[in-house]
Amino acid sequence: MRGAALFLVAWTLALPASTGAAEYARIAGGSFASVLPPDGKSAPAQVAPFRLRTLPVTNGEFLAFARTHPQWRRDGIASIFADGQYLAHWTGALQLGDGQRQQPATHVSWFAAAAFCESEQARLPSWYEFEFAAAADATRADARGDPAWRERILDWYARPSTAALPDVGNGTANVYGIRDMHGLVWEWVSDYASLMVSGDNRDQGDPDLLKFCGAGALSTQDRENYAVLMRIALLSSLKAADTTANLGFRCAKDDIQD
Amino acid sequence: MIFMTRVFAALALFLGATTVQATSPEPAAPLPGDSVYQLDAVLTDQRGHEFKLADLRGRPVLIAMFYTSCKYVCPLIVDAMVRVERALGDAEKKDMHFVLVSFDADHDTPQTLAEIATQRHLDASRWTLTRTDAASVRKLAAVLGVQYRATTDGGFNHSSIVSLLDQRGRIVARSTRMNEADAELLQAVRRVLAAPVSAQR
Repeated sequence: MRGAALFLVAWTLALPASTGAAEYARIAGGSFASVLPPDGKSAPAQVAPFRLRTLPVTNGEFLAFARTHPQWRRDGIASIFADGQYLAHWTGALQLGDGQRQQPATHVSWFAAAAFCESEQARLPSWYEFEFAAAADATRADARGDPAWRERILDWYARPSTAALPDVGNGTANVYGIRDMHGLVWEWVSDYASLMVSGDNRDQGDPDLLKFCGAGALSTQDRENYAVLMRIALLSSLKAADTTANLGFRCAKDDIQD
Repeated sequence: MIFMTRVFAALALFLGATTVQATSPEPAAPLPGDSVYQLDAVLTDQRGHEFKLADLRGRPVLIAMFYTSCKYVCPLIVDAMVRVERALGDAEKKDMHFVLVSFDADHDTPQTLAEIATQRHLDASRWTLTRTDAASVRKLAAVLGVQYRATTDGGFNHSSIVSLLDQRGRIVARSTRMNEADAELLQAVRRVLAAPVSAQR
């Protein structure tokens, strides 16, 4: 009897510190004027209803994932899936540095981010999903027309990146209850690699035109939204195995209609 | 005493059994960290046969991504691969594997793949045309460095790259020359085919 009680206590103590499921907010989606129109001109993007994590994935969460998925450990990962800086900021393969637990997980490659999302029955958001959710502020689903809002975001990006990363969750929630879409870390999306690929089906014909449209692909409406242009420029420059100190991620799920 | 003898006997039998197993084909050496076959993906070929990407291990592979309803560029990709095939001798051809993976997870099926294989008279003993799930398409494109985007009419705009994988799945050459013979690619194929057996496992 005492043995059983001791066993129960030991088992409880062995449970990971956070067993709570990550919080996802529902976003109804809809028609959306994207900076990257699907037809390369002006067609709105159609964003199906989806759910998005309210916060970026933290180092603590990624550690729990690495513990149970040894092929994604820093000392176990295949070189095709991440560069030499993968999780470089941790003090050990399964060891966080002081204060890192609640900071957004960075130094993660696209492959690792995708694998983490799969481990919680989720996926990376698409560019359109991210852009849609990021257009919102605390009171408006689409704050992009407000120059003061755009300025604020640019101010955040002007902050030097040598400062320690804040914890997740300190930003103001937008109308969907989602935080930290701006100014904390850049974030992976599932289709980062194709942002500058033409969406126009007439470009299929000429093989020499398969390279990218560049500025022609960006909608004239939003050329003033420098923050989103910076995001596109960064994501387009990446390869799937790349990791950086300012690039993290969060996960998305399809929306299951109840 | 008798009990211990029985234990020893059982142990001996067990060890004997495992020793027998140990003399059957040795397990393959671990994959190199930069092998494309590190990616877990399940492909379905033009005969409806499912297999793991890593099952391609053992022969050099020329691999490209395409889709069957692609009218203009994809035939050129096949042309580029056929050009290499035709330049090889019979013995060389036998050791090569030509693999195509479709971008179109929603519409490409064994039937659509088989149609292309028939149309282009692709030898089934070395051409494998496949489809896989959308998430694996994205990951495979990522490891091969192929960019693609769905167009509004159900097609895809995509880069055209033919990649040469060695017997262990490492990318050793790439070609973006779809319109003309690529002598460097052919040389790379010959080099990989000629590699010593010990480097191939």
